[in-house]
Amino acid sequence: MDMTAAKRLEAERIAPVTQAGLPAKVVARDANVYYGEKHALKSVNVDIPDRGVTAFIGPSGCGKSTFLRCINRMNDTISSCRVTGNITIDNRDIYDPSLDVVQLRARVGMVFQKPNPFPKSIYDNVAYGPKIHGLARSKADLDEIVSASLEKAGLWNEVKDRLLDSGTGLSGGQQQRLCIARAIAVNPEVILMDEPCSALDPIATAKVETLIDELRANYCIIIVTHSMQQAARVSQRTAFFHLGTLVEEGPTEKIFSSPSDPRTQDYITGRIG
Amino acid sequence: MTDLTATSVLPRRANFDSDEMVARVKRRYRSEWRFKALGGAALVLTAVFVIAVLSDIVIKGTPAFTQHSLMLDVPVRADVVDPKGTRNPEDLRSADYFALMREALATAIPGIEGRAEKKRLSGLLSSGAGNELRDRVLADPTIIGTTVKVPLLLSDDSDIYLKGKQTRVLTVPSRGTATPSGTTGEITVLTSANDFADDLVTVKKALAARIEDEKSRLAIAEGRGESQASEVANLKDEIAALSARAHQPGVEEVLDGKMPSLMVAINGGLVKLNRISASSATGTVYIPLKSADEAAPGAWSVVTYERPESNRKTTDIEAAFLEKLRADGKVENRFNTIFFTHGDSRDAELAGILGSLVGSILMLIVTLSLALPFGVLAAVYLEEFAPKNKLTNLIEININNLAAVPSIVFGLLGLAVFLNFFGLPRSAPLVGGLVLALLVLPTIIIAARASMKAVPPSIKEAALGVGASHQQAIFHHVLPLATPGIMTGTIIGMAHALGETAPLLMIGMLAFIVDVPQGFLDPATALPAQIYIWSDLPEQAFEAKTAAAIMILLGVLLLMNGLAIWLRSKFERRW
Repeated sequence: MDMTAAKRLEAERIAPVTQAGLPAKVVARDANVYYGEKHALKSVNVDIPDRGVTAFIGPSGCGKSTFLRCINRMNDTISSCRVTGNITIDNRDIYDPSLDVVQLRARVGMVFQKPNPFPKSIYDNVAYGPKIHGLARSKADLDEIVSASLEKAGLWNEVKDRLLDSGTGLSGGQQQRLCIARAIAVNPEVILMDEPCSALDPIATAKVETLIDELRANYCIIIVTHSMQQAARVSQRTAFFHLGTLVEEGPTEKIFSSPSDPRTQDYITGRIG
Repeated sequence: MTDLTATSVLPRRANFDSDEMVARVKRRYRSEWRFKALGGAALVLTAVFVIAVLSDIVIKGTPAFTQHSLMLDVPVRADVVDPKGTRNPEDLRSADYFALMREALATAIPGIEGRAEKKRLSGLLSSGAGNELRDRVLADPTIIGTTVKVPLLLSDDSDIYLKGKQTRVLTVPSRGTATPSGTTGEITVLTSANDFADDLVTVKKALAARIEDEKSRLAIAEGRGESQASEVANLKDEIAALSARAHQPGVEEVLDGKMPSLMVAINGGLVKLNRISASSATGTVYIPLKSADEAAPGAWSVVTYERPESNRKTTDIEAAFLEKLRADGKVENRFNTIFFTHGDSRDAELAGILGSLVGSILMLIVTLSLALPFGVLAAVYLEEFAPKNKLTNLIEININNLAAVPSIVFGLLGLAVFLNFFGLPRSAPLVGGLVLALLVLPTIIIAARASMKAVPPSIKEAALGVGASHQQAIFHHVLPLATPGIMTGTIIGMAHALGETAPLLMIGMLAFIVDVPQGFLDPATALPAQIYIWSDLPEQAFEAKTAAAIMILLGVLLLMNGLAIWLRSKFERRW
């Protein structure tokens, strides 16, 4: 316990505040991830601000998704995966053994690459999270949460007349927005998005991007993307990963206009990747 | 990259017009055709076998679903049914209803005098012929003293005879006028035309066939040498006598039990012929003639029973009685309710499958209520929660191997553990169900694990992503989605259990049990065991019962598999 407390103090001392002056929500210090023998993520240090969109870019297999999945400990489900170092949310170490991983995931929502609604009704999809966490005191309460979440996800007008239809019957873009509604129904602090638009057509992508832009006022959003245009469009800060290391992190305009690392330069101009 | 200089290093391009290529294409087509033809042939062969087996079973089994009875007016005599006059149900139950049936039958065929003949007549009835009347009297004692029309169940052999399974019966109308010499006893029938000539020829032919038989036996006896000398002499004498008879056409011939039986139906009576010549026949009257008057051509007939009397169960006199009853319209072929409402019996006509069907159902209830929860929970634990180490690996391998263990081994286990150690009763559905549960457990575990694996991991991730615990994710999302697959596996496992006989052998469920089991501890047998028991019995009627029971078993299995398919298609989800 002493070690953890010391570490936490250390983390606070180093950088509780990001360079832009915003309070740091997620902080990683010397985070390493191993899949068995493979060293997938090497000593990542990053401060991610609250209320804003941070994009992770980089070529395939660079560790950006791995890092994303560390933030809500989704990597726990892979038995060979091992995480060292220190990742905190609001200065609380999320790998602290006393921390309940289920509560962590309620605080850190996630949207996946492929839309994965439950094969249940649209209503049940959104209501599932609030139900298991006891967020609704009555049926009316739950209805309120469902409609508010769907409205925030920009889906309400499209589905309000068929809430009891199956969520899998929606189009790909609608399914992904349903997944976002499901994630925000438990009112998380951080939303992780793992290439949320890679399975969508350009129109659906535009809708999801607009939605992300609206949500950033209330949430800390971290998005992994393969599309540099998307990163440029939706994010305020960008982090570039390459071969398991975090090469560079900074305001999006700076990364795309005048990156300080030559590898970043090569990647955004299309020479590597 | 499209440099001209690079062409030299590109791989050679195939020449599609070369002879070699044309031959290759032909060869490929031929091999494809061969594959299709072989597949088609395999399919046709399989279909032929399946159809052959099924049609054989259906053809053999269908007669068992009907049963012949005699519809007779039976006076319910108070002095037989209730001699004390108390109307006490116990007394009513134990009265001799069969005696009433015997009397009613004797009234139906009057004029049967001899003791042996009377015995033959009542022997047509099943030993349970009085049961129907007993049930009616018990239900309504006011019918005592009246005359009621009840079905009298016939014995299995009579039933088979009436179904035409014992011999072919040929009736040849007459050409001449016949004169019987009397109405009872030994009589001679003279005919004005040579009505018996054809039959005489047939008999002589049969004699010729027997000479050939005897000759081959003679050859064998001669081959054995001196020790068989007397036998050889006997056979030679016999052959000489037979050929003397065979080669004298037109001479009177004696009929015996090794030849087709001949009868003359005349003046409402029936005469079994013992000796025939072309224009006269002498025989014993089985059914008395109404008169000794002349019978006009066409008014009488010669009836041939093709199979010799010594080769069938129903003797000529019994056949005569049955034919008479049938001609009088007293015989009825009714749906065989006994088959569906009774347990086993030594009398084929009283044997039913209800006992074994109930036994099977009770066993399956035990099996299902044990194997399903244990199997599914074991599968959930192994698939989702168990740490992956050497111990769980060993358990997994053993479960997979358990599915391949011969079922008799499970029977031995049941005998050693449930009967000998725990002292549970023999032949009980509870023990059978326990043993079958062990048998289907691996099937259910494997099916449940496979269908849980088939649920996309994204569903579990989605649940975990909104903050569901591992257990909530499994029980709220993965397991419900795996349910159709689990149900299918379970039903197929149950069908497997239903058809299993070997383990039941060891725990005493392969037994002759008359009573329909009322509970899980009553002695019982199972459908496949019942089929095995019946198939082993010598009575001809059990052949049809066996096939009918197989039909029932196949029907139940088909129903269960159909249910599995229906569930799968109804609840199957696509992602």
